[in-house]
Amino acid sequence: MTLFSEEGKFLPILAVVTAIVAIWYAAAVWLNAPQEYDRAQRAGATIAFSQLVQNTMTQERPVLPAPHQVAAEIWKTTGAMVQRGRPFSKRSLIYHAWITLSATLLGFLIGSVLGIALAVGIVHNLAMDKSVMPWVITSQTIPILAIAPMIIVVLNAVGISGLLPKALISTYLSFFPVVVGMVKGLRSPERAQLDLFHTYSASRWQTFRMLRWPSSMPYLFTSLKVAVAISLVGAIVGELPTGAVAGLGARLLAGSYYGQTIQIWSALFVAAALAAVLVMLVDVGHKMVLRRMGQAA
Amino acid sequence: MTNPVVSAQNLSLTFQTADAPVHALKDVSLDIEQGDFVSFIGPSGCGKTTFLRVVADLEQPTGGTVTVNGLTPAQARQQRAYGYVFQAASLLPWRTINDNIAVPLEVMGLPKSEQKERIERVLDLVELSGFGAKYPWQLSGGMQQRASIARALAFDADLLLMDEPFGALDEIVRDTLNEQLLALWEQTNKTVLFVTHSIPEAVFLSTRIVVMSPRPGRVHDVIETTLPKERPLDIRESPEFLKIAHRVREGLRAGHADE
Repeated sequence: MTLFSEEGKFLPILAVVTAIVAIWYAAAVWLNAPQEYDRAQRAGATIAFSQLVQNTMTQERPVLPAPHQVAAEIWKTTGAMVQRGRPFSKRSLIYHAWITLSATLLGFLIGSVLGIALAVGIVHNLAMDKSVMPWVITSQTIPILAIAPMIIVVLNAVGISGLLPKALISTYLSFFPVVVGMVKGLRSPERAQLDLFHTYSASRWQTFRMLRWPSSMPYLFTSLKVAVAISLVGAIVGELPTGAVAGLGARLLAGSYYGQTIQIWSALFVAAALAAVLVMLVDVGHKMVLRRMGQAA
Repeated sequence: MTNPVVSAQNLSLTFQTADAPVHALKDVSLDIEQGDFVSFIGPSGCGKTTFLRVVADLEQPTGGTVTVNGLTPAQARQQRAYGYVFQAASLLPWRTINDNIAVPLEVMGLPKSEQKERIERVLDLVELSGFGAKYPWQLSGGMQQRASIARALAFDADLLLMDEPFGALDEIVRDTLNEQLLALWEQTNKTVLFVTHSIPEAVFLSTRIVVMSPRPGRVHDVIETTLPKERPLDIRESPEFLKIAHRVREGLRAGHADE
């Protein structure tokens, strides 16, 4: 939103995008050329450069698909499906994106609440301060790829399947930045402000409600932005090891099984766009809270 | 004689630091009566702020006793016996001036109508009427500090503890605020404990000046002013004023020479 409207930002962004697309096209030609040379050799023919360039951009399973191939595939599986009145067909990326998004949002919600609750505990309880943080950090040193299948399998064994296991993998990733950010945020009031509340004989709850919580808002939203983006990563990772049939992760997996690089890339771009929209929404929420707190510039 | 508002007997406070203990206060004995305006002056490290913080129950003494209205500082704090003004205004940036002054009143659990009435009254006292709906960042530094004084006054405590409240302000603003503070003190008959670095400020405001010296922090001299209660700004050029200022300066110098 603000990304494009802020004055003087449009041209630099356009220049970078143009450069990336140009490099991408060049790379597509370079990476896909060996296939074309092979084919020409087998046919016993030589191939002209102009023909080569043209061929490298129309392959069915290119090593690196050209941007317009990806764009066409995305359109075919989103806009075109809507036009045909079947936006939630199993072949539609909108359907798969929604599956992933629902797990992302649920995981993000649980992760944020859990992260805030842990941070409140750490700030207010000495025992938690000493004991919880090392475990929080340890939890993030375990590769998510290793723990994701176990969560799915274990929850399946106790009869929980579908949305929740995937959401919990999102939670596993997203609670971390919220804990770290909120511990810092809840401790951000200055000494004098805390002293002031002490001279009022304010209760812990009053100090929390009137001082610590409002002080932590900038920290909260900064961590939420990180959390929502990695929630999406968590949901996608949660779809990979389970042979899920729906979701962006399933699309990525299916694409790689059958060498459908164009499908992989379009799922990738939809995921990136989804992440961008989610981060922007959190940013809009941040701006609204700032305005309510009288700090809109 | 009535009971003193603040009474300190052989008060000591030693901070244990990594290398060596720091004697912030050593054997400070002092009685402050109702309606006094007492300034604490001295170089950094003389314990003047520490003394104020002990009275406010923000630090715990390691020796001696101090009472506020005959109670321990902790009891006095729980009874909301004093208002405290810090060097920085420390207003909450997300609250308007009105809502900032309401913070202690909300903590006390006063009904909204009484909060409103008190806020209006104290804003009037510090001459900030009409600025209540503004946010702190919309006000100058001097106005912010006045708002923080209003916040301390809203408590309606008889004792006002002020820790270099005008230290960060420029000379001209400071003069105005000194005059206003004096008028306020006369109007409300509060007891004020006032920490400052400035000799003219101390002499201009106080009924008594406590000169302190550092390492260990102790009382070097207590000066009773001979100035009248009515003090226009140009009293600072009178021989009387200069005589007291001279004695304060001598005290500060001697305190340093002791080391």
